[in-house]
Amino acid sequence: MGKLTIGTFSSLVGSLSLDFAVKLAEAAVKKGHKVDFWMSGNATMLAKKGQKAFKDYSYLAKTLQELIATGNFQITACEACAEARGYHKEDCPDGFIRKSMDWYLASTFDADRVLHIGGD
Amino acid sequence: MATTKLAFIVRSLPYKTEASRLALTHAIASQTVEIYLNDGDLVEASISYVGDGVLNCLKGQQGMKHYGITTIEGHAKNSLLLDMRVLICKEDLDRFGLTEETILMDAEDIGGEIKANIVSYSEIQKEMETANHILVC
Repeated sequence: MGKLTIGTFSSLVGSLSLDFAVKLAEAAVKKGHKVDFWMSGNATMLAKKGQKAFKDYSYLAKTLQELIATGNFQITACEACAEARGYHKEDCPDGFIRKSMDWYLASTFDADRVLHIGGD
Repeated sequence: MATTKLAFIVRSLPYKTEASRLALTHAIASQTVEIYLNDGDLVEASISYVGDGVLNCLKGQQGMKHYGITTIEGHAKNSLLLDMRVLICKEDLDRFGLTEETILMDAEDIGGEIKANIVSYSEIQKEMETANHILVC
């Protein structure tokens, strides 16, 4: 079993990069790997509860809750990036963590692979 | 005791998106990562500017004056103050007609002791080859 760390700056709506990252995480967890998932910048939009599913927009909340339930998936949002966008601790979905950026770098320390999606 | 080397590769334009600023703030966060690690373990970050990313190194940025936000230049200066290895691609500087005089090379005014390095792309490639992980922003 390996450990994959995924970091992303891309937003939930307006880009499919988060969809790709979550699909990759899902595939890795299904294969028995552990995944740390980090969101900075616009990606922190994923850490906002109450998102509604529309056919025209990405909706990842259900998949993420299923992944968290496996115990092999940690999802963490950059606290400062979220606060700057008006997403506070009480807006975070269950099971999501909020930390500073050093959490992400620490996660890379023992990761077997790091996938960083640094675009928007 | 082990060290994980991260190579942040900045290729995004400054201010157009948040990517280059986030690259810098994440790299600088390597200074406090020990709180999560065992004694002696380290995460060491370097920053390389390539392509459009070299424009992040321009001196005299006016982010505070025009947008009321800190400049990327200020973060870049902090990275030098923290003795981070900084590489700037010479070929891309030449492409934009930029010289050592027009870009941020040191943080002497705030007590920094090291300088940024203007290097050929092949040097940046070597930096990527020796890193454990590459983070392109």
